[in-house]
Amino acid sequence: MEIDSSSSGFNSSNQSSGRGWRIYLFIVTAVIAVPMLVIFASLLQPFSSAWQHLFDTVLTDYITNSLLLMAGVGIGTLVLGVSAAWLTAMCDFPGRKILSWAFLLPMAMPAYIIAYTYTGILDFSGPLQTALRDTYQWQYGDYYFPEIRSLGGAICMLSLVLYPYVYMLVRVAFLEQSTAVLEASRNLGKKPWQTLFLVALPMARPAIVAGVSLALMETLADYGTVAYFGVSSFTTGIFRTWYGLGELTTAAQLCAFLMLFVFALIMAERWSRQRLRFHHHSAQKKMVRLRLKGWRSALAMSVGSLIVFLGFVLPASQLAIWASVGWQENLDGDFITLLFNSFSLAAIASVCCLIVAVFLAYTKRAFASRAELGAVAVASLGYAVPGTVIAVGVLIPVAWLDNQIDFLSTTWFDYPTGLLISGTLGLLVFAYLVRFLSVSLNTVDSGLTAIKPSIDESARSLGATPSRVLSRIHLPILRTSLLTALLLVFVEVLKELPTTLILRPFNFNTLAVRTYELASDERLVDAALPALAIVIIGLLPVLLITKSILNERFSNE
Amino acid sequence: MNKQLILDQVTVQYDAIAAVSDATFALAEGEIGCLLGPSGCGKTTLLRAIAGFESLSTGSISLHGEYISTPKRTLAPEDRAVGMVFQDFALFPHLNVRDNIGFGLSSLSSTDKSNRVLEMLELVGLVAVAERFPHELSGGQQQRVALARALAPSPQILLLDEPFSNLDAELRTQLAAEIRILLKKNKVTALLVTHDQDEAFAMADKIALLNAGKIVQIDTPYKLYHKPGSLFAADFIGKGTIINVGIDAAGLLGNNLGSLSINALPEDLGNTVKLLVRPDDIAYDEFSDTKLSIVSKSFLGPNYLYELALKDGQCVPCLTHSHIDIPVGDELPVRFDLRHVVIFNAD
Repeated sequence: MEIDSSSSGFNSSNQSSGRGWRIYLFIVTAVIAVPMLVIFASLLQPFSSAWQHLFDTVLTDYITNSLLLMAGVGIGTLVLGVSAAWLTAMCDFPGRKILSWAFLLPMAMPAYIIAYTYTGILDFSGPLQTALRDTYQWQYGDYYFPEIRSLGGAICMLSLVLYPYVYMLVRVAFLEQSTAVLEASRNLGKKPWQTLFLVALPMARPAIVAGVSLALMETLADYGTVAYFGVSSFTTGIFRTWYGLGELTTAAQLCAFLMLFVFALIMAERWSRQRLRFHHHSAQKKMVRLRLKGWRSALAMSVGSLIVFLGFVLPASQLAIWASVGWQENLDGDFITLLFNSFSLAAIASVCCLIVAVFLAYTKRAFASRAELGAVAVASLGYAVPGTVIAVGVLIPVAWLDNQIDFLSTTWFDYPTGLLISGTLGLLVFAYLVRFLSVSLNTVDSGLTAIKPSIDESARSLGATPSRVLSRIHLPILRTSLLTALLLVFVEVLKELPTTLILRPFNFNTLAVRTYELASDERLVDAALPALAIVIIGLLPVLLITKSILNERFSNE
Repeated sequence: MNKQLILDQVTVQYDAIAAVSDATFALAEGEIGCLLGPSGCGKTTLLRAIAGFESLSTGSISLHGEYISTPKRTLAPEDRAVGMVFQDFALFPHLNVRDNIGFGLSSLSSTDKSNRVLEMLELVGLVAVAERFPHELSGGQQQRVALARALAPSPQILLLDEPFSNLDAELRTQLAAEIRILLKKNKVTALLVTHDQDEAFAMADKIALLNAGKIVQIDTPYKLYHKPGSLFAADFIGKGTIINVGIDAAGLLGNNLGSLSINALPEDLGNTVKLLVRPDDIAYDEFSDTKLSIVSKSFLGPNYLYELALKDGQCVPCLTHSHIDIPVGDELPVRFDLRHVVIFNAD
């Protein structure tokens, strides 16, 4: 009886201290959800006459091009990612160990940068065509050369840099597959290649679906590549409707339709992850890789190196060459300002994301009920939403708020405030928070799940408040996860183009924006320096993943 | 009798370290063999060599009169008629029971295939769950699917790698006996790998005992238990304690253990011998004058297992009815029953 009453007393105090946390949780989630809600709410507004115009002219293009882009990139990343994963996880040949991390390098290459680099290489005046003309004495029009600035070109560029998503997930899936299951297939009379198609690939299907849908989310979010190549897709369409036609509501409505694509992808990904549970095999045995010999080994080596060469080595070298040509005039005070702007913006945004992520992850963990889980799930939707959409969703309510403030201030104090919030760095940071929160949240969350709940419970039973558990126990244990979360968001912000393009303050430039502007002005050589800076910093998270791959290899062997 | 499987002086090496060396073993058609030994003794390696997952450095393996493994040539796993039940069953998680069983039957026409699958389902009694997926089955059902899948292509030999280790203790012996009946009825030649002697005894006609990569004894379960050929075998098989005890020319043992019939003894025994004492070699006898002090005891349900101290401090086990309940520290009156006792030279 005594125990009963004391324990219920503990519980009630527990709940009252939890109430504050919960309220904050829902407030934070609600604020983060505003941009997405605004976008969907736009569907409730009347469809303006601009829609008729869009229907008659470009809307079909937007839809078909976006669909074709998705189909192409889906197939491209599937083929590249699965082959790379199969070669490095299941086969053995000279160079496998190098390739298993080199396959990740293209991740450091933002799609818009690889796009303009290849344009420089493959254009009429580029080195390749010039060399061809010189060798064969051809003139303009004498020969056929594929146009890189096309839908097909965009598909190639995006596939080359997005396949690592598929590679990473499928590789892990292959490595986790029970060796015994593959041996069972051999034992039942199937050749190695039959085993791949009958057993290994079907078992890895959830990972394949998850990887491809991540790549497709990035494809839908891409603005730089399609805009540079002049392919009319949803993202370029939103920009055009916004800036060209000045139709805010219509642009928001286009965003809402784009979101439907995205949510279909999320559903597919969630569904596949659900199936992952059943497919997981606990039995781990020594990995016996298929040893490739002769021409097979040569083929594996050359296909693998070609992928890495095209996805990273060639464009990175080209950037380095351009940058070395123009560095004396480009490496000036402006560039230092550019670096400072980008770095400080990325640093602020990653710290903000981290703080909110720690708060959300912890609250979710401490009070894991359906409402909290739902709220956190909503907060982490942002990564799936294209940057363009988030920018529009942020700008519309803020512009409304600014107008209200200005109106009130003018009527009451006869002092026009103008646009108070729009065009500030704070707003840009908020948009980054919405978009990249899930990156830090996932990292912190997976770090947290490594800490057993019993540790929390023992601390609470020793009288520690939730905030004390957080600061004295979790934060020290989580340090690595926290640093990882900071780094990942830092790099993502640095690479992010469309959000920055729309929301940046007047005359405020970042590396990504400057790269894009210079490239759009066909000043490819001048664009190389900021582009190279982005690529080099983009290598940091790749190194981080590489390190974990190396560790996994050591524990495997 | 016709030899179905012959291992002749088989050695398997991993990086110059021999996991199995010089293993020679044969199974007749329809015979059930067992490779028994502690973990790391090389028994699974030997099984994997028969399945074609490991190559030989010396020796040969032949199946039904045909060489399938020699140091020069390892026939690919898919090209040898060897069925295998894996330790974790290794069922294909993306296929249902029916498709799992039919996986190895691609050479058959679709009617033949579905007939064969049905036959197998009936054989292992799983017709009712044919459409389920592996994760929806119990451990025992999964094991039967694995068995049916391996038997479906009618292999020349069935290999079972620790087939019961993933199952509850109660299920094990029961399933082992059931599977033995099933294999015998279908005249399947089979080779089982296990570290559990109860499973080996329940299933096998013939047991090869392995230690540190070598086969130390090949015998029937009965002989292996009652006539272990080495100290290792005596120690590994069955419960029992090995004690050092003095013996004189007339066969009289020290420690008041009584005397052995001199005719049954080997020739060149020294003054001390090693004696394997099984729990049933020492019987409770309330009228006996021999009383040993109780060091510990454990309750086994129908029995008590006592550990008793001899005069010189060595301990011996003694199995009694569980009604005979004497506290630790007191003495237990016992009689030595040395008819089946096993003796080794002390060195």
